[in-house]
Amino acid sequence: MSEELPKVLKAAGLDLLSCMQCGTCTGSCPSGRHTGLNTRRILRDARKNRTAILSDDALWLCTTCYTCQERCPRNIPITDALLELRRLAVKEGFMLPEHRRISEMVMECGHAVPLDEETKQKREELGLDSIPETVQKYPEALQEVKNLLKACKFDELTAEK
Amino acid sequence: MEKLSLFLGCIVPNRYPGIEKATKLCLQKLEIDAADLPGASCCPAPGVFKSFNKATWLALASRNIVLSEKMERDILTVCNGCYGSLADANLELKKSPELRECTNRCLKEIGMEFQGTAEVRHIVEFLYKELGPERLKEYVTIPLDLKVALHYGCHLIKPSRDRKLGETDAPVFFDELVEATGAKSVDYTDKMMCCGAGGGVRSGHAAESLEMLEHKLACIRKAGVDCIVNACPFCHLQFDRGQLAVNERYGTDYSIPVLHYSQLLGLALGFSPYELGIEQNAVQNIEFLAKIYEISAGLR
Repeated sequence: MSEELPKVLKAAGLDLLSCMQCGTCTGSCPSGRHTGLNTRRILRDARKNRTAILSDDALWLCTTCYTCQERCPRNIPITDALLELRRLAVKEGFMLPEHRRISEMVMECGHAVPLDEETKQKREELGLDSIPETVQKYPEALQEVKNLLKACKFDELTAEK
Repeated sequence: MEKLSLFLGCIVPNRYPGIEKATKLCLQKLEIDAADLPGASCCPAPGVFKSFNKATWLALASRNIVLSEKMERDILTVCNGCYGSLADANLELKKSPELRECTNRCLKEIGMEFQGTAEVRHIVEFLYKELGPERLKEYVTIPLDLKVALHYGCHLIKPSRDRKLGETDAPVFFDELVEATGAKSVDYTDKMMCCGAGGGVRSGHAAESLEMLEHKLACIRKAGVDCIVNACPFCHLQFDRGQLAVNERYGTDYSIPVLHYSQLLGLALGFSPYELGIEQNAVQNIEFLAKIYEISAGLR
């Protein structure tokens, strides 16, 4: 990690320096009640440029519910900062295999959750067209999505490193 | 813009088409002009894409927005995730000339340009602001004698900085819409807690996601309700299919029916559970269906 975490976060408008480590974030966290996610500690570690947090799976236990951000007495956009840390982690090549598969799915069919046979049948039972009016019905639209993702070099980002 | 385009996203058309059908039936009945949005893709999923790369997230979201801009319609979403992703992207692109320029460079590759002329709406906030519970009541033909555990979901109201739908610890606007159908919105412990699916947690950390869900289900069961009502197909999937997974994992016997708000409203507007796809859910609760048919037949 060549860049320093606090600097990257600050450049994104996310200044963690006002964090007083009160723990309201962790105390409010629905995930932290049941999992190993400790938001307060992530903020502290990010501020101290402890880059090990990027490779820690705990970063992906946040459901992005924004409760910590709403309750932070210092008005730190905590969830936004966490998302920024995730983006840095991905840049460094840390990505869960399940998330890689979802990315591949979108690159392949334009949907994170594509149509299956069971749902086609359910659609017909309801009197809906078996194929919905989405990218799945229009090959030229799907090609657009593929070209757009390629223009963003998304395939390179999500390729296994 | 009074004209809307209906953005389906992924889970509605591809897993829970009953929500698509229910939404279309309700919009028609309420005389709201919402056209299909042909060629739309994944919003893209905020938990994964927003977590991966901002430029890609903005590019894919803006393509969907541009499709609606071209139709000169605002986007109507029926999913908190799609709403969060598209509304956030729309706001960021309208606010920042740099992000807009960068995104438009990508869009140019497919001959598109983001103009910033469309708004992104969620069906719940749309109905609340544009119609309101009182006018909605006028359309109700079958008042629903039901006790409901309402789940707002996170991205409908948060971050409040951008959503501007009031405070987020005890909001009431969605409860008012639920009660406009005749149902009673019952308070329960941790009502505002997340369902545990978002942020890529359901896909990436399934066990932890189910643990959060189990807590939520236990709180809901204690409240003694007829069904859960949500405004997000991802929460819907978590509550419905997740319930079976929770039962398998914890040996519990949850069987709480799960309805999207469009389906609840659809019942009150006189449509049957079959027409609204409620019977297609993973959770099969015969008692609930019998109760609905009794209510519809005027037997309760």
